[in-house]
Amino acid sequence: MSHLLTVSPSPHTKSDEIIPKIMRSVIVALIPVMVLSAIFFGLHSLRIMLAAVLACVFFEYSIQKFILKVPPTVRDGSAVITGLLLAFNLPAGLPVGLIVLGSLVAIGIAKLSFGGLGQNPFNPALVGRVFLLISFPVQMTTWTANITAADSFTGATPLGLLKEGIKSGKSLATLAGDAQIPGYLDMFWGNMSGSLGEISAVAIILGGVYLLWKKIITWHIPAAVLGSIFIFEGILWLIAPDRFMDPVFHLITGGVMLGAFFMATDLTTSPMTPLGKIIFGVGIGVITMCIRNFGAYPEGISFAILIMNGFTPLINAKIKPKRFGGK
Amino acid sequence: MSDTLIFTIVVISAIGALSAVILYFVSQKFQVYEDPRIDEAEALLPASNCGSCGFAGCRAFAQACVAAENLSQLSCPVGGKETMKALADYLGLEAVTVASNTAIILCNGTCEFRPKTSKYEGVQTCRAISTVYGGETDCHYGCLGFGDCVPVCQFDAIHMNLSTGLPEVDDNKCNGCGACVTACPKMLMQLQKQMPKNRKVYVACRNKDKGPVASKACKVACTGCKKCATVCTFDAIEMESHLAFIDSYKCTLCRKCVSVCPSGSILEINFPVRKLKNEEVPVE
Amino acid sequence: MLKTFKLGGIHPQGEKLTAAMAIQPLQLPKEVVLPIAQHIGAPSTVVVKKGDLVKTGSVIALSSSPVSSNLHSPVSGKVVKIEESLDASGFKKKSVVIETEGDVWEDSISRDFPQTNFENLSSAAILEKIREAGIVGMGGASFPTHVKLEIPAGMKVDTLLINGVECEPFLTSDHRLMLEHGEEILKGTTLLMKVLNVEKAILGIEINKPDAILLLNKLAKNYPGIEVEALQIKYPQGSEKQLIQAMTGRLVAPGALPASVGVIVQNVGTAYAVYEAVAKNKPLIERVVTVTGKGLSNPGNFLVRIGTPISDLIKAAGGLPENTGKVIIGGPMMGKAIANLNIPVTKGMSGIVLLPVEAAARLNDVPCIRCARCVEGCPMNLEPYLLMALSEKGLWERAEAGHITDCMECGSCSYTCPSCRPVLDYIRSGKSQVGKIIQSRRNSASTDINTSIKPAIPE
Repeated sequence: MSHLLTVSPSPHTKSDEIIPKIMRSVIVALIPVMVLSAIFFGLHSLRIMLAAVLACVFFEYSIQKFILKVPPTVRDGSAVITGLLLAFNLPAGLPVGLIVLGSLVAIGIAKLSFGGLGQNPFNPALVGRVFLLISFPVQMTTWTANITAADSFTGATPLGLLKEGIKSGKSLATLAGDAQIPGYLDMFWGNMSGSLGEISAVAIILGGVYLLWKKIITWHIPAAVLGSIFIFEGILWLIAPDRFMDPVFHLITGGVMLGAFFMATDLTTSPMTPLGKIIFGVGIGVITMCIRNFGAYPEGISFAILIMNGFTPLINAKIKPKRFGGK
Repeated sequence: MSDTLIFTIVVISAIGALSAVILYFVSQKFQVYEDPRIDEAEALLPASNCGSCGFAGCRAFAQACVAAENLSQLSCPVGGKETMKALADYLGLEAVTVASNTAIILCNGTCEFRPKTSKYEGVQTCRAISTVYGGETDCHYGCLGFGDCVPVCQFDAIHMNLSTGLPEVDDNKCNGCGACVTACPKMLMQLQKQMPKNRKVYVACRNKDKGPVASKACKVACTGCKKCATVCTFDAIEMESHLAFIDSYKCTLCRKCVSVCPSGSILEINFPVRKLKNEEVPVE
Repeated sequence: MLKTFKLGGIHPQGEKLTAAMAIQPLQLPKEVVLPIAQHIGAPSTVVVKKGDLVKTGSVIALSSSPVSSNLHSPVSGKVVKIEESLDASGFKKKSVVIETEGDVWEDSISRDFPQTNFENLSSAAILEKIREAGIVGMGGASFPTHVKLEIPAGMKVDTLLINGVECEPFLTSDHRLMLEHGEEILKGTTLLMKVLNVEKAILGIEINKPDAILLLNKLAKNYPGIEVEALQIKYPQGSEKQLIQAMTGRLVAPGALPASVGVIVQNVGTAYAVYEAVAKNKPLIERVVTVTGKGLSNPGNFLVRIGTPISDLIKAAGGLPENTGKVIIGGPMMGKAIANLNIPVTKGMSGIVLLPVEAAARLNDVPCIRCARCVEGCPMNLEPYLLMALSEKGLWERAEAGHITDCMECGSCSYTCPSCRPVLDYIRSGKSQVGKIIQSRRNSASTDINTSIKPAIPE
């Protein structure tokens, strides 16, 4: 033989599920959401998704190549996912300049300044989104009308309408009767106002099921987030149905579905153990409902996920798996 | 306005004064007496905190010295004679003279002398490869070449020579602390008595295989031919399992062994270049 | 729903290329090399010397301590040297080298037909025969079988599990053995049941060997107390603790013996060897080895004498392909890669796997993305990502607190890692370091040496 034998420690075989393949599967899982947002928002949605993805890839490549001087890792596909998830969290009418700025914050600050993929403590897309929400509240809450909507559609999200309504002292019954809040079935399909990716629960569940089937995420986080929201809001609703909306409304409005399946399950920023994941998910659900019911913002899942991201190291340190045969 | 200002100043001052009083009483209450000599003794030590004395650091060593009745069990390998003398003088104890040590590497199997017979893939540390097999060459006793000894040296005295694939000890920097001795999984790093001008004569091999097996794996392996032991007039060379070892406490650096070694596994270091000799002698 | 173990586990490609190849005997080697430490425990004591003539089945080395094993000559010939020689572990070990001069067997061995009335032997006599024959666990761990069969005082065993799982990819030696020697395996199992004084034995086989399950199910009807259980395909199901959980639902506590939950596990190869030893007085001198790999022209399962150099086996399988990058002793998950082909077949060697150059190279590793696949895949329910980081940084106390010593080195973590990180490499070195620390702590506690003051180096 012309070459030397290789000696290395076991194992000598490797699963082909490596990072680029996982990222490709995540992108595949996002396709239903992309398709539905394209249906409901038309060209706006394509413009935003394209801008966010291109900006994220561009920033990742150029920051790694020219500033950090490390080999660029855009080929692994994680920047594309960050771009898509950021786009899903933006309103359809956002100017391209703000999208680029949000991408810069997401990639440059939330991801690369911590050392890149795997090192970031907070979900980059959400950091980008929250940065834009706090810095540009008007643009970020100006909802472009859904193209299927009738002219009477003001463009406000159901949650926004709810918050405004409660602030102005209207009772829930009058709000629910208000034609501006769409029916549950409409909201389930996505026929409502909101960010690009959060409107259609159907598309998100479809993608989430694909992720579960491909074993990229486990059931713990989505189940914990949705379950805790359902139970928490359910209790409030049973106690005071005149002050709180029913739990189903909260599950299908806003970014709960998107957050539960795609944002909270981000591999890097969620805990490692099954029990840790459940605690993490319950934390997200409870904080989200606190913000929605008692906070100033109509929507709170982005903040809830980021807050729980901050708790992830603590959860990892304290929640240990029970060793085989151990007590 | 001025009322607020005065009020603030008064309150802050009152808090400060109160805290000072509390702190004073607490520090009185919980005061721990510490022998002031410990600080002085610590100042005499090299402050390298290398742990080669067997203590957690220079301060722990200083504490032990101050508490000790004699220094026979205590020595600072890094500071050597001078440090221990100064410490003994300060403490009014008798100095126990201890030789300074220096590190040697018991392998000279460069890429040229010791060809690779397999390729290792995995974590690039000596510790990792030594859990897998004997090494990339046929010599299972020699240097693995991943340099676990380099980062453990706090005195920057060990560096890998990229052309030979072996570490080298910088004799001027080596303090003989022995950190490398414990780091090497093949036990190739050893301490020996420091000789004048840092001169060293040692058998740079640890191969315990029989002669033919050893020399097949490495051209400069000690074959255990015993020629050196025979020629040594100071009884400084011991043979054990096909391997010669020079006791640096008996060696007088006469270098007779170097000239008789057929495989060139005995190294002489920091000697002036030999003038004319018939046989070829490796000189570093 | 078929049974399997609960925590972790992975599904590597089966790659059972040689499942349909009948076991073929290999011709005698010119020379056999017999390391005296082929088993877990103390090396045996050599009882022959250079120049001695031995017969096939003669004792070469005797068990030297309670946990040790006898070693017999697999050929007849002359002892030519006793020297340090490389074996499958990757390190040199003391070995006896015998030059083959023929195949004259010891008279006590009945080669072809079982001795009459072996079924009526007492359990002590059976155990003695197993001990004499030098039988060790044939699945790879090589723990002396007679030691395993002696149940520690205070423990009660009610079930014998026979491991026919063969969860490692590529390997088929147990599979073939079950197909071709099913009857003998069941007889061996009956003997083991008698030694252990248990009423029940279950033979566990993964569902990827349907022919073996079918055959043994049929055969087992004639053997009271023996059942055959089909199991899901999952690695590492062949591991003792995982198999016990899969088949009986019992959990063996960390550091405890399987006997503590009333179970003893034996490999099908061991059951076969037990039958041979008891019925035919035949010591453990040969075994079935799978030689496989995609580049081989004639891969197969070979019945080979212990001590045969593996180069002979590879020659019989069609010769080493030019693009061979790695030669693995054992399966690709837990096997050892070796540096040269002059190492001998040992009692625990179940297969030789050849990987081409492209499969031998590791992929470049990138930083951990904290995906938790290693945590999900770990059958011992540890946190491999954390243990790796702790080992890398040398934080041994924390690694010990994370139960690094529970790791059985199954490799599921490294296999699943999407970042291609060498998780197990680090854990393995950390585990050996923590093991040393625990050992030295134990020693210093028992001898009570004051280690705080180190003696000065003498002048």
